[in-house]
Amino acid sequence: MVVLLFLALIEPTAAWAAQEGPLADAGAVGSADATATAWWFWPAVLFGMTFLMGILAAVGGVGGGVLFVPIVSGFCPFHLDFVRCTGLLVALCGALAAGPGFLRMNLASLRLAMPVALIASACAVAGAMVGLALPTNVVQTALGVAILGIVGLMIRARKSAFPAVRAADRLSQVLRIHGVYMEASLDREIDWKIHRTLTGLLLFIGIGFMAGMFGLGAGWANVPVLNLVMGVPLKVSVATSKFLLSITDTSAAWVYLNEGCVIPMMVVPSLVGIMLGSFIGVRILRVAKPGFVRWMVIGLLLFSGGKAITKGLGLPFII
Amino acid sequence: MRESRTLERVDPTRHGDVDSGPPPTPPAPPGELPRSIPQEQLLYARILAAGMYTGLGILLITFVLYISGAISPAIPIDRLPDFWSMDVARYLEAVNTQYVHHDHILTGWAWVSALEHGDYLNFVGIVVLSIVTIICFLGILPTLLRKRDYAYAVIAVLEVVILALAASGVLTAGGH
Repeated sequence: MVVLLFLALIEPTAAWAAQEGPLADAGAVGSADATATAWWFWPAVLFGMTFLMGILAAVGGVGGGVLFVPIVSGFCPFHLDFVRCTGLLVALCGALAAGPGFLRMNLASLRLAMPVALIASACAVAGAMVGLALPTNVVQTALGVAILGIVGLMIRARKSAFPAVRAADRLSQVLRIHGVYMEASLDREIDWKIHRTLTGLLLFIGIGFMAGMFGLGAGWANVPVLNLVMGVPLKVSVATSKFLLSITDTSAAWVYLNEGCVIPMMVVPSLVGIMLGSFIGVRILRVAKPGFVRWMVIGLLLFSGGKAITKGLGLPFII
Repeated sequence: MRESRTLERVDPTRHGDVDSGPPPTPPAPPGELPRSIPQEQLLYARILAAGMYTGLGILLITFVLYISGAISPAIPIDRLPDFWSMDVARYLEAVNTQYVHHDHILTGWAWVSALEHGDYLNFVGIVVLSIVTIICFLGILPTLLRKRDYAYAVIAVLEVVILALAASGVLTAGGH
């Protein structure tokens, strides 16, 4: 937002043209709006925005994907088809980068992730196909509604560091889903097991579908389901969720890749921006007030969710 | 003081709202990984890390080749703003008509036939990043079978099938 406002000051034509770009100018080859700015302008904006998103995501404890799609599709001229694919690749790369470390530390559990990923990735493929088949304004409006729902979930959902699991359920016993991890704050290893496995797996049908349809990383939903429904300790939930994205987002990303939704000039600046931002964000985390940043992220999502709805419905917005 | 930092297994019920887990195993020495990490999980992590570094490396190198003009792109970089506001169907049609001149628009794996262009060369890194998960599941399959963990071997095979189907381009969207 800071970047966008800055751009609006230095180059108002480009910034305001971007507001209506994806839907209004869909077929305007060589239009005045599109050619008014240098080719590097919007990739540079994308880099700046994803850099800030990387910082906010790291400090605010959310994935980059959930910020990327609503903000970039709402305030940049790129079409939603390309934004969703890039969003999936951004979330995928974050998951690929974090996955090996989490697996080696046993914070992410492969035994827990595999059955969940099987369901979520199949549904993500279906979601991606539906998302690409639907008209853009319908997807944009639905995205806005989904983002506002995510905000509600972020505000209401509690977290439990060590959820109470009286007894492992039968399905998790059959699949031998349990584990042990090193809890540094206690300097001890913690055993964990899960319950309500079937309920959790069924919930991942919807999560996977939404991840594929909107190109969102699904950490916002993975963690509450793993932690609060299935009783996985919070740290294991967060790490397994991050690892899970490397599988779920891969399946959906393939559908977008095969449809040709890749513009390297969008993908690479976004990946580099969010990775550098995350790198800085982790350092800022030491001195930042996470509570304030969390509310900032919620405010940003509210704003971009509202923008997505009005854009999808063709209604005016604040900017 | 070091003795007090020796790791010990804990029954989580001692920490409030948690219950006991599976039967305890001997503690891992300080600085070492927990002993209970399954073999296939460590193997998966190794393959994932290798694929991730390879994919990212290729992506960055090809992007430098593309943006520097060392390998000329199919779509001139300064014309990109004309296209990125279009939906994907119109984008592919317009790009093919004006620049690529193939018999068909470049969907699925057709980009392979345009690898002489700097922009399409970037697809290689993206595909490596997207294919590494399939390699991971194939890589752990022998370990799962050796451990007679048939349930997870079946899950791994099914996951490979889903990802391979998605990657094959067989599953296509209807378009806008």
